[in-house]
Amino acid sequence: MATVMKLVHRNALTSLMGQHCLSFSSAAAHRAAGVRAAQAFPGKVKIVEVGPRDGLQNEKTLVPTEAKIKLINMLSESGLSVIEATSFVSPKWVPQMADQVEVMKGISRKPGVTYQVLTPNLQGFQAAVKAGAPEVAIFGAASELFSKKNINCSVDESLQRFDEVMKAAKEAGVPVRGYVSCVIGCPYEGKVAPEKVAHVAKRLYSMGCYEISLGDTIGVGTPGSMTKMLEAVIKEVPVSALAVHCHDTYGQALANILVALQMGISVVDSSVAGLGGCPYAQGASGNVSTEDVVYMLHGLGIQTGVDLSKLMDAGAFICQTLNRKTSSKVAQAACKL
Amino acid sequence: TLMADFSVFCVLLSGVSLFIYSPPPHLIFSQTITGHAYPEFVKIVEVGPRDGLQNEKEIVPTGVKIQLIDMLSGTGLSVIEATSFVSSKWVPQMADHTDVLRGIQKASNVQYPVLTPNLQGFQDAVAAGATEVAVFGSASETFSKKNINCSVDESMLRFEEVINAAKKRQIPVRGYVSCALGCPHEGHIEPSKVAEVAKRLYEMGCYEISLGDTIGIGTPGSMLKMLQRVMKDVPINALAVHCHDTYGQALPNILTALQMGVSVVDSAVAGLGGCPYAQGSSGNVSTEDVLYMLHGMGIETGVNIAKVIEAGSFICSALSRKTNSKVAQARSTACCDASL
Repeated sequence: MATVMKLVHRNALTSLMGQHCLSFSSAAAHRAAGVRAAQAFPGKVKIVEVGPRDGLQNEKTLVPTEAKIKLINMLSESGLSVIEATSFVSPKWVPQMADQVEVMKGISRKPGVTYQVLTPNLQGFQAAVKAGAPEVAIFGAASELFSKKNINCSVDESLQRFDEVMKAAKEAGVPVRGYVSCVIGCPYEGKVAPEKVAHVAKRLYSMGCYEISLGDTIGVGTPGSMTKMLEAVIKEVPVSALAVHCHDTYGQALANILVALQMGISVVDSSVAGLGGCPYAQGASGNVSTEDVVYMLHGLGIQTGVDLSKLMDAGAFICQTLNRKTSSKVAQAACKL
Repeated sequence: TLMADFSVFCVLLSGVSLFIYSPPPHLIFSQTITGHAYPEFVKIVEVGPRDGLQNEKEIVPTGVKIQLIDMLSGTGLSVIEATSFVSSKWVPQMADHTDVLRGIQKASNVQYPVLTPNLQGFQDAVAAGATEVAVFGSASETFSKKNINCSVDESMLRFEEVINAAKKRQIPVRGYVSCALGCPHEGHIEPSKVAEVAKRLYEMGCYEISLGDTIGIGTPGSMLKMLQRVMKDVPINALAVHCHDTYGQALPNILTALQMGVSVVDSAVAGLGGCPYAQGSSGNVSTEDVLYMLHGMGIETGVNIAKVIEAGSFICSALSRKTNSKVAQARSTACCDASL
């Protein structure tokens, strides 16, 4: 049937269909689609602000500790409820995060805001707790090659490492968030199977992570691949425990977030000013901008608790410090209109 | 009209012994698990050479414009807005409209619509060989007055002349409605006003109405409301969306439109054309980024994305500017192309 259709020039077809072509059932289907589209969204979405950690970690310029602290304080005032503050990883590997203890101790902790930190292993966890971290995060990968190249061990081995962290965290009463990277594509392996993502997400969730953030690390996902991946994961992990961490490298982040919301996801990671380029495509963008996400959510009538203008102030501050232009289109446009 | 189509198929395919009717691809919807249906085919209307270049500061030599259009003609795009027959006093970038239209190599399966703001422009366009034209209305009175110096009603009268003249020559006319999701002067625009203007253009004889978010301010929320209202007055398969990416919302807005049943999307190669209302900000959404999304969703477009990227690279080089397309940027620097 499709072959028959392709033989006909599409424009000719369109003009032939003329102006009276919608059959009743098609029109009804469109109305139904409109209704479904309108009812599809959660009333509230929690934004997890990863700019100070994931964002700055991927910026070339080393940011002074005071500037990091000021950024986090400004973000705290914007209404965000979760801010990823720093990473307790060895400064040898990530010099940007070498001031992890000073940052944790220096920020003004606003009541109602959770300050999460990365802890790649037990040592990092212990240092984090000592520095006063109320919540930690661990990172798994859905791609074996990525795991080996990134943290020098297989996915299973990394999960075993995290077992230690989970045990210690349970004992200390510290909640743990789990991240899965390369949920759509891997810079080394290419396409990643949704079942693999579901497997890793399930393991992290069963180990005790209260939330699993699914990261499109190289931003290759589209609403098509995003949907397939989420379908597989939702079979294994409750949708209320899932978050999406979309990168905007191919401009698809907001569209991907939109379909995730339509599938019931209500937690979205993003980075103020779109901080953090893509380490796998030099000059290309990485994290999606919090400002652009909030603009879309508010336009949909979804509550976030975030004050967009205060958020933009924080973005303007950090961009000035880094001497770079914002990656947020909302920030770019809003100050010019 | 179902019978009319059926008989056309029979005429066109008289050599085929087995014959089965199936609905046109853009009315076939695939169900997804999220409950949303998407068209199987989306027609891209490439507006880079006109809308794009018109909003670029640098005057582009005629030869470069022609080369751009010729490159785009080889990508699989079926509609390329080539130029505008507007007074060169107002739009110097389009002063070479006749030379461009005469100079391009017209591919047999591609339409090259041109803008014709009035009867004079239409006549010049026809003399230069135009076979399809477009008229631009506005959902905002203030925008209409500031942009083309007359009210919406007055502009409709002008367009009626063009459409009537076009009808006599059997030249199809596409209608545009600007400020469909907001106006730089008036702010919020009522969906009913958009519907009113769209309906007028459609009833006057435009075969397709492109709804433009001129300042890119729309979100899936406002896009949904506007389309729901317009769909009451204009059949969905006569609608197109022309989204600007000024606030980064173009792709989710297009996605929303697709979920509503729209299957025609305007875009510009390399995201040519900034926003005249927010200096330094982006305007048109990039064709490459739209294609990446559509193909990733299994939606056919007939367009070869790599060839569009090449055309984009060419024009950016000629303009000495970076592409606005994230796909083009990523593809040119990615250490490993895992894109799907």
